Amino acid sequence: MILSARNLTVTFGEMRAVDAAAFTVARGESFGLVGESGSGKSTVLRALAGLLDNWTGELAFDGRALGRTRDRAFYSRVQMVFQDPYGSLHPRQTVDDALAEPLAIHKMDRREARIEKALEEVGLGRGFRFRYPHQLSGGQRQRVAIARALIVEPEMLLLDEPTSALDVSIQAEVLNLLDALRRRRDLTFVMVSHNLAVVAHMCARLAVMSRGKIVEEMDTESLRAGAARDPYTQRLMAASRGYDRALAESFRALD
Amino acid sequence: MEKPLVAIEDLHVTFRTQTREVSAVRGVSLVMGKEKIGIVGESGSGKSVTGRALLGLTPPNGTVAAKRLEFDGQDLRGLDAEGWRHLRGRRMAMVMQDPKFSLNPVMTVGRQIAEAYRTHVNAGRAEARDKALAALEAVQIRDPARVFDLYPHEVSGGMGQRAMIAMMLVAEPDLLIADEPTSALDVTVQMQVLAILDDLVARRGMGLIFVSHDLDLVAAFCDRVLVMYGGRVVETLKASELSKATHPYTRGLLDCVPRLDRPQEKLNVLDRDPAWLAGA
Repeated sequence: MILSARNLTVTFGEMRAVDAAAFTVARGESFGLVGESGSGKSTVLRALAGLLDNWTGELAFDGRALGRTRDRAFYSRVQMVFQDPYGSLHPRQTVDDALAEPLAIHKMDRREARIEKALEEVGLGRGFRFRYPHQLSGGQRQRVAIARALIVEPEMLLLDEPTSALDVSIQAEVLNLLDALRRRRDLTFVMVSHNLAVVAHMCARLAVMSRGKIVEEMDTESLRAGAARDPYTQRLMAASRGYDRALAESFRALD
Repeated sequence: MEKPLVAIEDLHVTFRTQTREVSAVRGVSLVMGKEKIGIVGESGSGKSVTGRALLGLTPPNGTVAAKRLEFDGQDLRGLDAEGWRHLRGRRMAMVMQDPKFSLNPVMTVGRQIAEAYRTHVNAGRAEARDKALAALEAVQIRDPARVFDLYPHEVSGGMGQRAMIAMMLVAEPDLLIADEPTSALDVTVQMQVLAILDDLVARRGMGLIFVSHDLDLVAAFCDRVLVMYGGRVVETLKASELSKATHPYTRGLLDCVPRLDRPQEKLNVLDRDPAWLAGA
């Protein structure tokens, strides 16, 4: 077990964004958090990443309890990829700048070689090294964000809707890339998405969140086999099969 | 023969930038009646630009040219501002992707709908209010009187989008152009908003052009689907026959989506053939 959360609660004023969430992630595993907007899935990820300090409960990484702040050593082992590749790259930094920064922060050697290798690993050639974000497509930007996360050689990636802003054809390429990198480097993934099919493809196990609570946790095979017990999970599954007039009616009745 | 609601023949939209010209739409044709048409494609395929050209909403650096561009028998080419005002909102309306950006943040939802009605119909305040309340009710908002007085930031995304639809429908247009109307919404909410659109279109006998990147969604919802790539329509299908699509681009789009009922070791990726751009 590399990561565990117990009784994780995050409050914003009166609002309990995450309510007593508990889960564990094994080393080398790919774990998914699924839910709709406001379910608290991204908030869990942000608490894990140390981007929030208003949480209570217990978080542990590799056997050690995590505090409110994280040190540099933590970030050399855990990195995050955000949803919007348009917002997560500095518009006035070249790809080279974006990749050099984490190397400087973590005082890593052989910068030249590492940058070239990182670009190659995410399927971008050397030609991309001195480009600015506006000269890249959405998919290329997300590849740069992935390269930036991986360049410090972390063990774990926190992925927040990494392909939601991309066209489906580009999504397929980026998901394939992430999957290949995970296998090659033995990475652990915690992936957040609203898309059940994307999580089912990427993760062996997943938790479904609704209104701050984890309502169900299961492995992907059971999910595919239709073994979800929670009504909310069943509803998400039904909705992800596509538009159906009668189904919409049944949702209305549930509201 | 009954005159078509929309007739487009060989539509071209070209944008000038400082350094070059970009052809966003290259020879699109479409004849439709009071039916639901889906236009599907990836970003940059020209699907939204096509929808906007029909509403006269092409930005100033764009040029629209067509052999035929008609709405209900009226030639839209060279229409002046006055002419557009008579059509837009009143006879053809548009629902955009994100209610957060298309609702006025400093005016209550109800007043915006009432204002839309009075812009197009000569009516008093009280009548406009009644119409707005009825429109909110028509989009399945349970307590219209309460929602009427809410500001956009006080409503959820799904409710905001329903309010947008109410606003677009209050003047009872003949054609609704919906550009990714549910892409910003959660799947379960999306489903309900689509059902509302579905019912309204069926009940009022409107034409609907549904622009989306989601091929499966559009096929489940529309009567016919135009698949666009690089500014051209590469394939037109009856929505019920999506599985019989023959163009490699359409097939590729269908194949690269992960599905719950189709576990895959590796996702298929789209192998783009340069010939598609030439219309092959």
